[in-house]
Amino acid sequence: MNSPRATVSKVLTFSCVDGPGNRLVVFLQGCNFACKTCHNPHTMGLCNDCGDCIPACHAGSLSMQAGRVVFYPSQCDQCDACLRACPIHANPMVQSMGVGDVLGILRDNLAFLDGITLSGGEATTQLKFVVALFGAIKADPALCHLTSMIDSNGYLAPSGWAKVLPVTDGVLLDIKAFDRRTHLSLTGVGNARVLEAARFLHAAGKLQELRFLVVPGHTDTATEAEALCAFVQRLGGVRIRLNAFQHHGVIGAARDWPAASRDSIEAIAARLREHGVAEVVTPAVYV
Amino acid sequence: MNPTLLKLREIVTDATLSPAQKARYLSLEAENMLPYPDLDSETAQAFHDGVLCDLVEGHAPYKPRYLLPDYEVVLRQGSAYLELDPPQSLDEAINCLMIAYHHVPSVTGMPVFIGHLDQLLLPFCDGVSDDGLYRRIKLFWRYLDRVLPDAFMHANIGPTDNRVARAIMRVDAELKQIAPNLTLLYDPEVTTDEVLRIATDNIVECSKPHVANHPLHAATFDARGYAIVSCYNALPLSGGAGTLVRLNLKEVAVRSKSVEDFLDTVLPHYMDLQFRMIDARMGFLFEQSNFFASFLVDEGWIDTDRFTAMFGIYGMAEAVNHLQDLQGRSGRYGLDAAANALGYRISEAMAARVEATPVKHAWRDRAMLHSQAGISIDTDVTPGVRIPYGTEPDPVSHVKALLPHHAFYPSGISEILTIDETIRSNPQALFTLCKGALASGFREFTANVAGNDLVRVTGYMIRLSDVEKFNNCEGSRTNTTGLGAEAAAVTGILERKPRVVGHELSPGYGQ
Repeated sequence: MNSPRATVSKVLTFSCVDGPGNRLVVFLQGCNFACKTCHNPHTMGLCNDCGDCIPACHAGSLSMQAGRVVFYPSQCDQCDACLRACPIHANPMVQSMGVGDVLGILRDNLAFLDGITLSGGEATTQLKFVVALFGAIKADPALCHLTSMIDSNGYLAPSGWAKVLPVTDGVLLDIKAFDRRTHLSLTGVGNARVLEAARFLHAAGKLQELRFLVVPGHTDTATEAEALCAFVQRLGGVRIRLNAFQHHGVIGAARDWPAASRDSIEAIAARLREHGVAEVVTPAVYV
Repeated sequence: MNPTLLKLREIVTDATLSPAQKARYLSLEAENMLPYPDLDSETAQAFHDGVLCDLVEGHAPYKPRYLLPDYEVVLRQGSAYLELDPPQSLDEAINCLMIAYHHVPSVTGMPVFIGHLDQLLLPFCDGVSDDGLYRRIKLFWRYLDRVLPDAFMHANIGPTDNRVARAIMRVDAELKQIAPNLTLLYDPEVTTDEVLRIATDNIVECSKPHVANHPLHAATFDARGYAIVSCYNALPLSGGAGTLVRLNLKEVAVRSKSVEDFLDTVLPHYMDLQFRMIDARMGFLFEQSNFFASFLVDEGWIDTDRFTAMFGIYGMAEAVNHLQDLQGRSGRYGLDAAANALGYRISEAMAARVEATPVKHAWRDRAMLHSQAGISIDTDVTPGVRIPYGTEPDPVSHVKALLPHHAFYPSGISEILTIDETIRSNPQALFTLCKGALASGFREFTANVAGNDLVRVTGYMIRLSDVEKFNNCEGSRTNTTGLGAEAAAVTGILERKPRVVGHELSPGYGQ
């Protein structure tokens, strides 16, 4: 049997914003949403070897070999010009990693970690790898104390979740909007599967955190806040993280949208607390 | 009026200094009118050229740089000289310590060590309620900050989990004062996770305490113990350090033709000059100053034989990067494995030479290697073996890059990890990072959380709001704000990702 490999955009050995404690975060390349507000848009696409990035690279780290774009990391000074040149929001600097590669990184950093979070992109687009990696972590006596979590947009169908949940400790799920048309306009897809995933994960006891991105003029409305409160109430207890839309990393039209203010976030947080939501997390920093 | 008198008059009439601060600067000027302890011409030249630095300790060392009295002695037997009976109650014990501190000098004129406070006070806590303990510690803390306002003044707690340590951390987080500085001695076999978690939660709150790896330090010293003082110097208890002379590794590197020339010839040469300078300063202190003819020695607070000499180094990052350039290598210190490995080689070589070189008057006849945290007048040179401001990798990579150095610096190697503010929502992450760093062999763990008003400037604490006030010429109640303001303006320390770093001593008026 072929061991699945992952296309990885980036690995962080220190993150305190992707689940409980300090986490190794592996950003998997490729997403099935096209969010206007994405702060990592270069993780959306998968490279099609068009080569448009090669002339943009002043360090000479990129070249075309046998019809494939090849990246030499030793020359790269991380100017990210290739990302800006890419017409499909892909990343020529991605690495291919096997389960063993990620286990090696976990072992190297074990003393510093509470767990691992797979993010993206959309991690569940590489579901076979996720299942294989988390299964291997659970099977390793030296690693099985680490919690394994997924940061997801919730587009995965229940049948997919059923495959990964037995080896997953929790899912950090984003709901971009409750109004179907708003969701469609922000992400390019509808929200029915996302809401279904939230309910499914909660019923399975695996919904670690529900996240809601407050985008002024789009999701900061009274209707959205009411829908969020009602959804959470019907769900039962869950931890809510309110994220404030900010411009860091954002490209395209959304760059001209206003950033969310502390006041608007706190207003929604107050409403959630009035509706009996015990755990509402708001941003530590607004930039 | 000649320039000397003009400077004295400038001090006396300065609108931003208190009378006590003026008196201190006047005394420094007077001391520095005396000739320097005898240096041969080669050593004097290296000193003049800035390869060697005495951290402005003064021309006539009439007191050790750092004094670590065994306060247990005065609590047990009182003091004949100070006409103090042994204390019987918690109030009397705290009062006794408050008196004792005024008789303990240091390079700054104020005590840099105020005791292993929990171990000192616990025997007096029977019958004292938790609330009574908390209220007394709170008053004690207020007294320390207001009467001995120096951020180098350092208290130690731990490694046991006890009521006094907990009360101190509660008060420290509540008051968020500059003084005293605080270190938790951590021993994974003894210290509970709960106490370590209180400590790391306090770091999120006020960037204190510093956490020291007790088993590593304890093995370096002896049964009479050690303490962490000033800006994270580990020194023998009942003694301290006579002097701290430091070597600018950047300057050593630029005088070298190659890595081999640096390691085989130039570094050993300047280390030898540094030993000569240490000898000159220790000689004056022990043979001429008459410091040790003191009740502190007679009554057993300190022991003349327990003062080491600190062999400081700084500018490792610039030295390594320069040597990398000489080899045509682009990898930078802190970020590149080969550059880091060169750094470890340099640390190892220095440790071996310090271990092999006798130093007269010093504890165990040896100096102790120290990664020196910097001073407010440093420009373009990074403290100790730290990674330059603004280029640090993420905290885990940061810890791993510096880890191999830690074995070589028995008298301290302070590194400040700057943690971004998002950690406030997830303090468990800081706990795990701290525990992981210590378990991996870090001698000490120090972190600043961005957004705290209270931040470390190379080892001591300052309030950012005080720096702003000082720069607006309103003066400051605490002696270290001037240093902090100067360090911030000169060395760009507040550019550190996301904030601070810095250093330690009082360089004198207008420097």
